[in-house]
Amino acid sequence: MNFDYTEEQQMVRDSIARFVQDDYDWDTRRAIVDSDEGMSRQNWQTFAELGWLSIPFCEADGGFGGNIVDMSVVMEEMGKGLVVEPFFPTVVLFGGVVARAGDEAQRAEILDSVIGGETLGAFAYVERQSRFAINDCKTTATANGDGFTLNGEKVVVFNGENADKLVVLARTSGGQFDEDGLSLFLVDANAEGVSKVCYPMMDAQRVANITFDNVQLGAGALLGTEGAALPVVNDVVSEALIALASEAVGIMGTLNAKTLEYTKTREQFGVAIGSFQALQHRMVDTMMAYEQAKSLLFKALCEYKIDPASAEATIHALKVLIDRNGKLIYGEAIQMHGGMGITDELDIGHYAKRLMMINATLGDGTFHRSKFIESTYAAA
Amino acid sequence: MDIALSAEDLAFRDEVRNFLDTEFDAEMQAHLKSRGSTGMVEWQQKLYAKGWVAPNWPAEHGGTGWTATQKYIWESERSLRGIPDVVPFGLVMVANVIMAFGTDEQKEYFLPRILKSEDWWCQGYSEPGSGSDLASLKTKAERDGDDYIINGAKIWTTYAQHADWIFCLVRTDNSGKKQEGITFILVDMKSEGIKVNPIIGIDNEHNLNEVEFNNVRVPAKNVVGEVGKGWTVAKALLAHERTGIAGVADIKRNMRLIKEAAASEVNGGQRLIDDPGFQQRMADIEVELMALEFTELRTLATMAAGGFPGPESSLLKIKGTELQQATQELRMEIAAYYQGVLPTDMDPEVLGHEFGSDARRAFMYGRAATIYGGSNEVQKNIISKYVLGLE
Repeated sequence: MNFDYTEEQQMVRDSIARFVQDDYDWDTRRAIVDSDEGMSRQNWQTFAELGWLSIPFCEADGGFGGNIVDMSVVMEEMGKGLVVEPFFPTVVLFGGVVARAGDEAQRAEILDSVIGGETLGAFAYVERQSRFAINDCKTTATANGDGFTLNGEKVVVFNGENADKLVVLARTSGGQFDEDGLSLFLVDANAEGVSKVCYPMMDAQRVANITFDNVQLGAGALLGTEGAALPVVNDVVSEALIALASEAVGIMGTLNAKTLEYTKTREQFGVAIGSFQALQHRMVDTMMAYEQAKSLLFKALCEYKIDPASAEATIHALKVLIDRNGKLIYGEAIQMHGGMGITDELDIGHYAKRLMMINATLGDGTFHRSKFIESTYAAA
Repeated sequence: MDIALSAEDLAFRDEVRNFLDTEFDAEMQAHLKSRGSTGMVEWQQKLYAKGWVAPNWPAEHGGTGWTATQKYIWESERSLRGIPDVVPFGLVMVANVIMAFGTDEQKEYFLPRILKSEDWWCQGYSEPGSGSDLASLKTKAERDGDDYIINGAKIWTTYAQHADWIFCLVRTDNSGKKQEGITFILVDMKSEGIKVNPIIGIDNEHNLNEVEFNNVRVPAKNVVGEVGKGWTVAKALLAHERTGIAGVADIKRNMRLIKEAAASEVNGGQRLIDDPGFQQRMADIEVELMALEFTELRTLATMAAGGFPGPESSLLKIKGTELQQATQELRMEIAAYYQGVLPTDMDPEVLGHEFGSDARRAFMYGRAATIYGGSNEVQKNIISKYVLGLE
């Protein structure tokens, strides 16, 4: 039993931390967020050169062959730096689906250019009515000669504004809520019939609502087996939930550290406010909330490494705890920073907003508590 | 990052299972239930015979020398069978102090006796006027030749009625800061001038006592560590105490009992375990418990690697006791009206219920957990000072 990171993982951690420290200070980040694309292409190239974009992909696909712990290290550090470049949508979601569902030719074509930093991707799976139920899918792909015709709309597509390629979840058979009959398609973002409305989110993500109007797809656009997409998507979601939890843990630790530091320097009534017991005990609570979240992340990582299926209940529990403890931590961080905590100028609010969006991504705490109950008590 | 059990770990687990299933037989279970402390001594002696009574001692003193994983396996298998942990006052608390600060003579005399459960120990820290503010203690020890004469009173002394020895913090000097002038001393409970007054607890049981000291004569060689440095000794002990205090394995067992009970308890034709409100309450506890288990494992792994438990260990006491109480409360509620049943010999068939009284007793006794070993509020003071660096 050990909870140590390997030397290689430490190196990746250090290299991202160094990037954040040297090249991603708060003013730089703000300028990137305010730029036209809301991300830096130059940073993305740096990520490619440093090998970060290759981490989860297997060596046969030109990747680093990293496991879930390697992925977690990257996401945690990205969280600490509040990095806005679309690593999660491109590498974890889009790349994750292609790596799992794609055939050799599709993987060669797509993953190579993802790893090289040439292709930005997005996974379009949310619909207006679907909330967190991924199986709730009205977008259709109907057979048309050798290929398919795609119709429908996806909303809040992460990185939808900048993505060159999309993976779209569409129904090839069955009713709106059926778990069978879902398929995955690789679609060019600028293909005929694809149109999008772009907008920024509070955590600086650039997302889009994307409409597919009789988009013609060749047979080679289908990823994986027709009608059997949901299990593949669920696998990607499990890994993505661990990735998001890792990012959240990075953010929580940063918020706690910044808040603690602030209460040691901010003086009121002639003393540092950190000398007040009313604040001290609450900072112990937020410290415990962080350590507990980290522990549950470790449990998920260890179980997932042995067998992803065995981690199912833990992953639900992890999202519940990230939601609950995240709210406590960002709430206290804002409160203890006082008036400054509610300004746009200070970074605290931005960390808080990213945590909120993490909570809302791929199911919030309430949703996952129900899933946890389903998977844990159903057979009792 | 790895929790996979090695072949050696799996073999060890088989050995533990085999031992517990053979030795913790029906007879032993009956002993523990009916004979209380005597039954516990018998069980601890069986563990001693196997060499497993002191997982937290170094091997040189008769400990097991287990790895973190082995300790975890042992704890899990033990609590799975509802076997109580060893009584901590001797085997965990005073033993660790003697090993760290005791003279060779103290080690040679006391440690083997503790291992064999020949002496029953109790803890003399709190006083009627000194609870959370422990350093304000007033029980006085005055030097008289080769002896100390002790006068004062200790309170909340668990199992003092069974104890052969008590380890005490006493005041040997009044001149400096209140933390200075405190001395750690071992007192034979058979000494003249000791009087034990029972205190009946909120659980209607007699576990707690007040211990009076009237001119009790104690040899000066019973001081552990330096005279006047008892506060340092006590603090070192707290660190040891903290790591085992989360009681994760026992909370897991409570959770299993809750699920079993909730699956048989029916309300208006619906099993309690199918009630969404009840499911959510179970889930809220269980999520924290899953995390706490790994917080404890992180601490074990750090200690097994020779390190001192990091900040994560300080939350074990707080979170552990909170979750203990949360499970005790839930089990009480499952019993509904029967949660109020007092200790009884009545046949469950006649009474109409199995576990109401047990649940009540566990809940009531469990209230002590957030108070003893430094109340949870004092724990938060300690963490904010020593972990967060807040003054």
